[in-house]
Amino acid sequence: MPHQVSVFAENKPGKISRVTEILSQNNINIRAITISDSGDYGIIKLLVDKPAQGNECLKSEGIASTLKDIVAIKIDDSPGGLHKAASILASNNINVEDAYGFTIREKNQAVFVFQVEDVPLTEKLLKNAGFELLSDSELYLL
Amino acid sequence: MFYNNEIETLPRKELEKLQMTRLKKALEAAASTPYYRKLYSDMGINVSKITTFDHLQELPFTTKNDLRMSYPTGMVAVPISETVRMHASSGTTGKSTVIFYTRRDVDQWAEQVARAMYSTGARKEDILQNMMGYGLFTGGLGLHYGAEKLGCLVIPSAAGNSLRQIQLMQDFHPTIIHITPSYALHLVEVIKGQGIDPHSLGIKKAYFGAEPYSEATKDKLEQLWGVKAYNCYGLSEMNGPGVAFECAQQAGMHLAEDYYITEIIDPETGERLPDGTEGELVLTHINREAMPIIRYRTRDLTRIIPEPCGCGKTHRRIERIKGRSDDMIIVGGVNVFPSQIEAVIMNIPEVGNNYQIILDREEGLDRIHIKVELYSKLFKGDLKTLQKLNREIVEKLRALIIVTPRIEFMEPGSLPPSEGKAKRVFDNRVI
Repeated sequence: MPHQVSVFAENKPGKISRVTEILSQNNINIRAITISDSGDYGIIKLLVDKPAQGNECLKSEGIASTLKDIVAIKIDDSPGGLHKAASILASNNINVEDAYGFTIREKNQAVFVFQVEDVPLTEKLLKNAGFELLSDSELYLL
Repeated sequence: MFYNNEIETLPRKELEKLQMTRLKKALEAAASTPYYRKLYSDMGINVSKITTFDHLQELPFTTKNDLRMSYPTGMVAVPISETVRMHASSGTTGKSTVIFYTRRDVDQWAEQVARAMYSTGARKEDILQNMMGYGLFTGGLGLHYGAEKLGCLVIPSAAGNSLRQIQLMQDFHPTIIHITPSYALHLVEVIKGQGIDPHSLGIKKAYFGAEPYSEATKDKLEQLWGVKAYNCYGLSEMNGPGVAFECAQQAGMHLAEDYYITEIIDPETGERLPDGTEGELVLTHINREAMPIIRYRTRDLTRIIPEPCGCGKTHRRIERIKGRSDDMIIVGGVNVFPSQIEAVIMNIPEVGNNYQIILDREEGLDRIHIKVELYSKLFKGDLKTLQKLNREIVEKLRALIIVTPRIEFMEPGSLPPSEGKAKRVFDNRVI
């Protein structure tokens, strides 16, 4: 299963740049970024090419960072593409805690990345429904 | 069994008799100083009539302000040529308070500290790394002389310069450290940051002093450092460290009762309270030639533990200082002690050691806002867990201090670490 780097950040100017500076200095490429905000503070979520290394270099700089298991699947970049996946999750009563997506222009495809409580179960359900699950390295090769 | 067996196990009756003999002498000496001479003559007090513990109540209190007003030598009972040392407390709110010591006073103070250290199990083979401030502040030199009297090697490293402190620990293997709790919290993180296991340093005991701190912090520090911690109480007006000190039982601090007469008073009314009741500690120094201070209001809140201690000392104990009658925060009419808040925070593993309490007034209402650092190793990576943790801290605090605080999570290391006395409370309320 793929991993996302989750970083705790105070809601203040300069907090993203501190993270991106460390990643850039360590030659780590960011595939996607999203921020969950909660007033005073938030969590910066990053899909990077080397998640374990990215997490370690942030931690060694004193940043509260952790690796989070996520589910990433390929979907068609066309109407109803996401709905097909979402309805499988709905019919199996799986709650999506946080999600984001991005498209891959050349291939007319998109990637749907999300957090759930039970990652292996969700992966199994989607796999059985014919979805292509992505690993850390596959995510980056897109 | 004790450093000074005879005195430390003196039966109560004899100890009280000794106190009265010394009180008589101290009052005579005090009455010879410009400050007390005028005060007692204005009030028509004849000190020779004060011969019992009950009579003592007829004398007025001495406050820090009185000490300032008599600056620099108004309470000194000997010619300055007879003194060998002075200490002064910081004068943040006006003139500082200055304390003088004769040679005998310095020696008696050292004996007091040596007794206290001995009771924690310290012996001449021990090595003390003394990370308390040296200079006008009594913390450093007080322990220094006491440890030397006991025969210990003293590393007078003073506060700050963490990397050098660690180097000294690695090279000279101190078995005891004397340090403020806030610096101890900071230093242990620096040690770990260097990839060193604090438990591997061979330190057995820690004396924490100079700041109020909670039992939870003490437990946390014992665990982090791998030491036994002994609470230590002192104030320069009453010599400095060693006024009261925990013994090996770690169950309250023994007062040096042949040095002081102890009273607990209601800080509002000034009335004396019975033993065992919590109130403000009032001390009369009966064993100092240069400055015999009478009924000094310490502003420290505690209670006398009347029961005898398992260690066998006859000198009574006081409980850990709960706070000062003047650092109490009043939030929306509720009395809150920073140490209460600290105790809650220290028991929550997900947050770090540093914290700040900020008081504001919004639309006429008091707001208490507490900043805590997230502990990076226990960061779970999602908002849901953080929000749950936030609610948990709010609930725990509300149960204790009644008012509902706002908890703000900060990034690790973002609150200023303190290498000395930490300023934890910021009161922005406009009166």
